[in-house]
Amino acid sequence: MSLRYAANPELEPDPVDTLHFWLNDRVIELAYPSGGGGSDVNGTTTLLRFLRDELAETGTKEGCAEGDCGACTVVLLEERPGEKPTFRAVNSCLLFLPMLQGKRVYTVEGLRDRSRSPDDPEAYHPAQLAMVETRGSQCGYCTPGIVMSLFEATYRDDVKADWQIDDQLCGNLCRCTGYRPIRDAGRKVAGLRPDDRFRATMEQYRARDAALDITAPDGLDGPQRYLQPTTFEAFFEARAAHPNAVLVAGGTDLGLKVTKFHEHFPVVIGLEGLDALREIERTPLGWFIGAGVNLTRVMELVGEEIPALHKMLRWFGSRQVRSRATLGGNLVNASPIGDTPPVLAALGAEIAIRGSAGERHVHIDDFFTGYRKTCLEGDELVVGVDLPRTPPTAFCTAYKVSKRRELDISAVAAGMYVDLDGDVVKEIRLAYGGMAATAASRARRTEAALTGQRWTRAAVEAAMPLIDADFLPIADHRGSARYRSSVARNLLLGFWLESQRADREAFDPHPVGTVLSGGAP
Amino acid sequence: MKSPLGRGLPHESALRHVSGEARYVDDLPHPPGLLVGRVLGSSEPRGRITRRDRHRALAVPGVHAVFFAEDLPGSNNVGPVFHDEPLLAADQVFCVGMPIAFVVAESYPAARKAVEAIEVDITAAPAIPDIEAGIAAESFIGEPHVIERGNVGEALASAAHRLSGTLDSGGQDHFYLETHAALAIPGEDRSITVYSSTQHPSEVQTLVAEVLGWGRSRVTVECPRMGGGFGGKETQAAQWACLAAVAAVRTGRPVKVWLDRDSDMSFTGRRHPFHSTWEVAFDAEGRIQALSADLYSDAGWAADLSLAILDRGLFHMDNGYWLPNVRLRGNAVRTNRISNTAFRGFGGPQGMVVIERIVESIAEHLGLDPLEVRRRNFYADGNDRTPYGQQVRDFRLHRIVDELAERADLAERKARVAAFNAANEWRKRGIALTPVKFGISFTTSFLNQAGAYVLLYGDGTVQLNHGGTEMGQGLYTKMLQVCSHALGAPLQDIVHAHTSTAKVPNTSATAASSGSDLNGQAVASACRQLVERLKPVAAELLGCAVDALELAPENDGEIPEKGGRPAWAWSGGASVTLAEVASAAYLRQIQLAAAGYYRTPDIAYDRKAGKGKPFHYFAYGAAVSEVEVDGLTGEWRLHRVDIVHDVGESLSEDIDKGQVEGAFVQGLGWLTWEELVFDDRGWLVTHSPSTYKIPAIGDIPSEFHVHLLERAAQDDVIYGSKAVGEPPFMLAISAHTAIGRAVSAFAEGGRHVAVSIPATNEAILTAVEQARKR
Repeated sequence: MSLRYAANPELEPDPVDTLHFWLNDRVIELAYPSGGGGSDVNGTTTLLRFLRDELAETGTKEGCAEGDCGACTVVLLEERPGEKPTFRAVNSCLLFLPMLQGKRVYTVEGLRDRSRSPDDPEAYHPAQLAMVETRGSQCGYCTPGIVMSLFEATYRDDVKADWQIDDQLCGNLCRCTGYRPIRDAGRKVAGLRPDDRFRATMEQYRARDAALDITAPDGLDGPQRYLQPTTFEAFFEARAAHPNAVLVAGGTDLGLKVTKFHEHFPVVIGLEGLDALREIERTPLGWFIGAGVNLTRVMELVGEEIPALHKMLRWFGSRQVRSRATLGGNLVNASPIGDTPPVLAALGAEIAIRGSAGERHVHIDDFFTGYRKTCLEGDELVVGVDLPRTPPTAFCTAYKVSKRRELDISAVAAGMYVDLDGDVVKEIRLAYGGMAATAASRARRTEAALTGQRWTRAAVEAAMPLIDADFLPIADHRGSARYRSSVARNLLLGFWLESQRADREAFDPHPVGTVLSGGAP
Repeated sequence: MKSPLGRGLPHESALRHVSGEARYVDDLPHPPGLLVGRVLGSSEPRGRITRRDRHRALAVPGVHAVFFAEDLPGSNNVGPVFHDEPLLAADQVFCVGMPIAFVVAESYPAARKAVEAIEVDITAAPAIPDIEAGIAAESFIGEPHVIERGNVGEALASAAHRLSGTLDSGGQDHFYLETHAALAIPGEDRSITVYSSTQHPSEVQTLVAEVLGWGRSRVTVECPRMGGGFGGKETQAAQWACLAAVAAVRTGRPVKVWLDRDSDMSFTGRRHPFHSTWEVAFDAEGRIQALSADLYSDAGWAADLSLAILDRGLFHMDNGYWLPNVRLRGNAVRTNRISNTAFRGFGGPQGMVVIERIVESIAEHLGLDPLEVRRRNFYADGNDRTPYGQQVRDFRLHRIVDELAERADLAERKARVAAFNAANEWRKRGIALTPVKFGISFTTSFLNQAGAYVLLYGDGTVQLNHGGTEMGQGLYTKMLQVCSHALGAPLQDIVHAHTSTAKVPNTSATAASSGSDLNGQAVASACRQLVERLKPVAAELLGCAVDALELAPENDGEIPEKGGRPAWAWSGGASVTLAEVASAAYLRQIQLAAAGYYRTPDIAYDRKAGKGKPFHYFAYGAAVSEVEVDGLTGEWRLHRVDIVHDVGESLSEDIDKGQVEGAFVQGLGWLTWEELVFDDRGWLVTHSPSTYKIPAIGDIPSEFHVHLLERAAQDDVIYGSKAVGEPPFMLAISAHTAIGRAVSAFAEGGRHVAVSIPATNEAILTAVEQARKR
């Protein structure tokens, strides 16, 4: 490995054949000169393995290598176009090194002030001290990851409700403590925003160019090229040159192919540098969300303005996953158990697509064409999603049923929409995940039976058996076919029950179940 | 300045935990020339190996060696109790994943490719997939364990009321955050040092020595700390250490074995699933008159600790209840699955859920308040012998339950739950109080011994060693507090050394909740020896008689200071510090190191007779849980938990509270979310956290009140404390019981409907549908 800790803390002009990023207080440079003799660390090496294997910085732990335990959590300092720089807790096990190009990353080793004695409490970050004070560490193995999640929380300015503490920490598993002290530590530090060196760095931070084109030499599997274009022109050029290249956005799904299935990708095109995919704005109709906007950002900006989306995002992966995962990625993945497709289908989203030949818009109903298949052709790319506002006569919500509420994949998910004319169903959309091979499959027979009917419990109960005609779900470790069918039917009844409630749009921070079905006392 | 004993201190490594500076085995700096290892496991649940070929594997660049059974220099056996576990299968395989070959290479990718390149042919044979098939085939390990008292047949026949049933409980993966790891570094003259993430360094040492064909004195095993153990590293760390050691000796290079999460979950044993059948007789007041029950555990393919785990299952079939006529039978079923192993509670939870289900059924059958039925059946004067004949002394459940019912506002909340249920169609709540009585000691009596080695240096600083291992439970913290108290040394002057077989030999596993009971006595014993040696020196320095000394050791009062340091001894107005006494003692040629030792008195059990006193004492606790169940999806939430738990006089309050909370939540996982799913051949399908769901932060109640029982000193245990590791695990039964009651509230008239263990959302919805149907 040819690794250089840059002597000058200011990054030099950004050569595309050099991977460079700030790691705590120093710059890491990995050069890949075209003549050879450069680094042999390839582009799909994860930050976690790089820290542990190449730098022997072992504070960051591997607990699962799939983004499901949080022991490897680190914090990215990011600046997106038109936004303030922010800290984001992310899973380093799913972060390819090129995704850090020109950015800054903090690990647990960077928090303690090493000019002071390790016995001096002043040497530690408030997130660290809070975990000591609440007795939040027992075996200590999940602790560095939890400290880094708390580090992000320390500088957040949007923590206003207690559920956000759990939301911040739901991507960090602990097997020892039972979480009570960890939750208390979260309450201590969230939103503290101390005037310290981290905040100063954050506020002055300016992201560097993410452009990259590196080729790692032959390993066991042969060479690997990793390209990170920053303009559409460069992107389409790269795709033309490498039609078989794999594309990666946040990497929360593709990363697993590397860490779990040990796949080798000869050419990778990263979308990290395409700022044009990160636009997000209010439109006359509702919202436009760029395909590359991460889901944490979507939650921050759109928030409860679109209750169905907000509800689903709270139960989507974890904070760490959402801070990397993109709306475009979740769509293009076209997984039948993806969480956003049913909501987007219920909302009636339009997908904006761009290819070298031009742009087009496709209704979400026409976007998914089969098991993990979409209507994308040639070199096309999803650039964003138009979400229309729900009319006042309509009610739209989302449901997710999984084995565990947080950080789990749904057994059954659904997005449901009903628009009423008086008490008659004008339009109803029932889009399910986990019930069929295609993402966001509609319960067409059930919808047809209800359309034009009075929106009554009797009508809904009469239509429920049709769900079984619409879907023949599979059985797996997330649930039997029988269970999935029962839940799918009951969610329809739950949708009706909710539609009758005055608080139907309210966000339930501590739900018993996905449906708001409880009453008073 | 005061003794730190009993104070709520942070974990001794807390600052290193939060700064990432605490090192685990996989974090140790890589020695030059390090190779890494990976195992090839059997693809068949049962069969005969007909061919093995490693040529293609050896051709993978970076591969140094591929080991088969015949390459092991010593014994090919790592069974901890019975020698029934080959390290590498030679001719027969008994489960999928059973190791057949071991590869060492310069990198994990190379080792992985080599494993894929090994050719193995296996002629498959019929396999036993589960308990049911094992019972049918009479595939048992050892003899059945029978515990019997009175005339069960007669009592069952003549009783006013009888009920019978079955109950199955599922397995559980330990999911310690740190997976198994071992690093073996060969030394000179046939010696080796193995760093192992193990709860049992002495056993790892023994098995490494046997596999190498060496004496144990050539093998040093050190455990720096573990990132969680929970029983999963009691026996099952040894195989990885042995493989690393063999490869290190054969290649002459350091070798590391570290399991990724999927391998760890797939290749190592878990909590035993149990199947039970029972028949109970009781009077009109709900008093149990007779119980007959059969327990069957899924041991997997090898014995491991299965018999002791089964024993503990039977020992906890009474929980806190007097069973006048009783017949308990236990069988460990040999199946073609990964060999199951110790897990917090060690069979106790699997036994206790059965009796709690029985008591619940009795109350429902008679229409009585379940708590009242529990109280009526509690041990009492005269009715104070367990089924195996041990007298229950100092039974604390009456007191605990009364205090808890008050603290939890139980009566008032029961009424609120009933009102909620009457007002809601699709949501029902349940509230339940369940008690725990848990026996403390290794039930294999000779294991109840421990050693310590306390080194006092001439400057008054101390190095503390004992045989116990640190896995997050806070043992090191407690031992530092015990050492500080017993020796009169300030905490900051004591360094806790990593557990090593080179410091304290012939130790028992840190298991059975016994860590601080056993090692605490050994540490205190070593400290007392040092104190006795130092007293005359202090008296000489102070110019007084030994009898006239006032001492810091075991002093609960205020310790005076001398020059900003705590005094160690004082008399009149004069005092000396430990540094002064230690330095003076050294000059007077007095030995400043002491070995401490402890064995638990008065325990013995005769398994053949089913009689004896297996436990030094019992630990107690009780919990109230309130849940709400959604009848549309089977989802649920735990709203509130109240616990009163008995830890005696706590050695370290915050550590004990942390154990109670953590154990409760882990028990909750076992009873609800954590479901192990296997394919037809026995491969675990749920082998990572994406599919195996341990509790996450949002699953714990917003109201979680833990109260440690006051005025609770326990006789004849270190400084009046009690063991705490396992007992609170079973407090979670209250939550499962509450789920059962909420589900029953969906039925007309609240008829009791059983909910499976684990009570997944699917299991709950199935039960709700059943409740709503009739």
